[in-house]
Amino acid sequence: MRRRLFKNLFNAPVTEPVTPGGPETLEAAGEALRGAISRHLGRSLAIREVDAGSCNGCELEIHALNNAFYDIERFGVRFVASPRHADLLLVTGPVTHNMREALERTYAATPAPKWVVAVGDCAAGCGVFAGSYACVGAVNKVIEVDLAIRGCPPTPLDLLRGLIWLLGRP
Amino acid sequence: MLKALLGNLTAVASHRGWPRVEVDAGTWQAIGEALREGKLDLLGEWGDEAAVHCALFEPATGQLSIASIAVRADRVPSLAVFHPPAMRLERTIVDLFGHEVIGLPDQRTWLDHGRWATRAPLAAQAKSPQSPRPYRFLESDGPGLHQIPVGPVHAGVIEPGHFRFTATGETVVRLEERLGYTHKGIETLLRGQKIDQGAPIAARVSGDSTVAYSLAYARAVEVALACRPPQRAVWLRGVMAELERIANHLGDIGAICNDAAFSMMHAECGILREETLRTCAAAFGHRLMMDRIVPGGTTADLTATGKDAILALTQGLNRQFPELIELYDNTASLQDRTVGTGGVSAALAAEFAAGGFVGRASGRSFDARAALAYEPYDALPVKAVVRTEGDVDARVWVRILEVQASVEWLEAALRSLPAGPVLLPAIAAPASSVEATAIVEAFRGDLLAYVRIGPELRIERCHLRDPSWFQWPLLEIAIDGNIVADFPLCNKSFNCSYSGHDL
Repeated sequence: MRRRLFKNLFNAPVTEPVTPGGPETLEAAGEALRGAISRHLGRSLAIREVDAGSCNGCELEIHALNNAFYDIERFGVRFVASPRHADLLLVTGPVTHNMREALERTYAATPAPKWVVAVGDCAAGCGVFAGSYACVGAVNKVIEVDLAIRGCPPTPLDLLRGLIWLLGRP
Repeated sequence: MLKALLGNLTAVASHRGWPRVEVDAGTWQAIGEALREGKLDLLGEWGDEAAVHCALFEPATGQLSIASIAVRADRVPSLAVFHPPAMRLERTIVDLFGHEVIGLPDQRTWLDHGRWATRAPLAAQAKSPQSPRPYRFLESDGPGLHQIPVGPVHAGVIEPGHFRFTATGETVVRLEERLGYTHKGIETLLRGQKIDQGAPIAARVSGDSTVAYSLAYARAVEVALACRPPQRAVWLRGVMAELERIANHLGDIGAICNDAAFSMMHAECGILREETLRTCAAAFGHRLMMDRIVPGGTTADLTATGKDAILALTQGLNRQFPELIELYDNTASLQDRTVGTGGVSAALAAEFAAGGFVGRASGRSFDARAALAYEPYDALPVKAVVRTEGDVDARVWVRILEVQASVEWLEAALRSLPAGPVLLPAIAAPASSVEATAIVEAFRGDLLAYVRIGPELRIERCHLRDPSWFQWPLLEIAIDGNIVADFPLCNKSFNCSYSGHDL
């Protein structure tokens, strides 16, 4: 382990480097996000993720935001365990009837002011599960949604751009 | 055994591939007894409007058969009364079809939480809903016992489900799972779809296994319709399946170590996983390779740079992964958490016919790629991996060795990739209903797909059975006698699918 730690100390980080100029780069997007967070929230944005019936594809990409390449924590974004600690709910899935109450109660447990972001085609509009007896449908049929980020699943960069847009609103 | 039980029965003509036979109540009971005695493995049990089917595998001979029993006056005899692994499958048959399963020991609903506007949605005539009733968890009684309810919304970025722990002090004396929260009615949605419209639904049963689900669905459809995809597509499917396995195993290895508070492995494996996903995007145009496999072949060919991208990935893994294995193996504080934790006995793994890393960590060597040798693994086998310790550590090791086996397989497969088209121009409709069953090896284990297709290529019935069905019950046993704080570790080492199970 010591050898590995030592090696990592001298290796360049894999975290996406600053690429000046391009608005499409991760670093630029992240910096914009950090700016928006400090304008609106002080120093950090606490996110509670709620799977309301997804296929877990969206969860995989939300997870990826925390890996060393994207390292979303460096921009002040943190995933928290309790909705009571959260500023924002990231909701995935076509809300199933079996998850509806859990989603409503999670929303109620989140202190105001709060944002809700619907992640993925299912959360935005029920996706391929439209018309099922088991699904309520898009997240906005159950709770108020501030932003829907489409994609099946949206890439980590799509997610980051969505958050920037939300926080950058006047 | 299978021959003695079903050998003198005539196989149903409309079922292609493995034989499907219709049995009477006496034979059904004999099947139950053979399952109880461990002579057969139950690979699935699913309902139909007028029948209940089960897939049986005989480990001694490698034979596989489907047996069906007719539903008479809405009643059908239970297998679970002989063979507990069938319990949740039969509760699901009751929930979705409304058949009465005679003798089913557990009469509680499973996927139906009493919240749908209908009941028995797959029955010929859906029934009016019952009002929701409180779910009766199994009772635990004794001095000093306390309960810890967890979920459906969990603390991490994971899927929803409910765990009811009963503990004495720190030690878990009972865990009961309650699942079904992500039930999306997929089998009902699939009914009546054209086969090409069904593919994107099947691909979204469990996002982490999207390649495996698409493959199982496509293979079942192709066997039923007696069409063969082009050879290049067959090999590309194998390449995608192994890439999916590598990505998921890497994520799991890191996440298990993270749940043992060793975040360095999590970070390192996270890098390798991300590199794998980026390679998938470069080679096939989608990070998870969703909707790439369809009946008749694949929708995407390898991109111009795809082959080099995958070879660069495997070379990188060959270089970097051994260092991480050494790190895992030589960190005493990490081994202290994983060795001996969450044990599953070989007997239980065999009884439940647990697939994937859960079975193969407990001495059950079954791997659909080898045992059922479907294309392209018949031409290029994957190195077998099996451990016998049955603990968290063994489940990590199975994953480690499978990553290496998949890397080796990928390099060999890419060397001999056949040229040619990747998709059949058209698939002919059958004159009358045809059906087939397919089993493929997802990263979690064997995944079963059954389809029946009518004229006009519409799906009459499609059943998809996730590997997790036979793994979730073992998690309840694995945690027994462990401390509550080790549950995340045990759970992650199983990494069962909620969405794939809830369907």
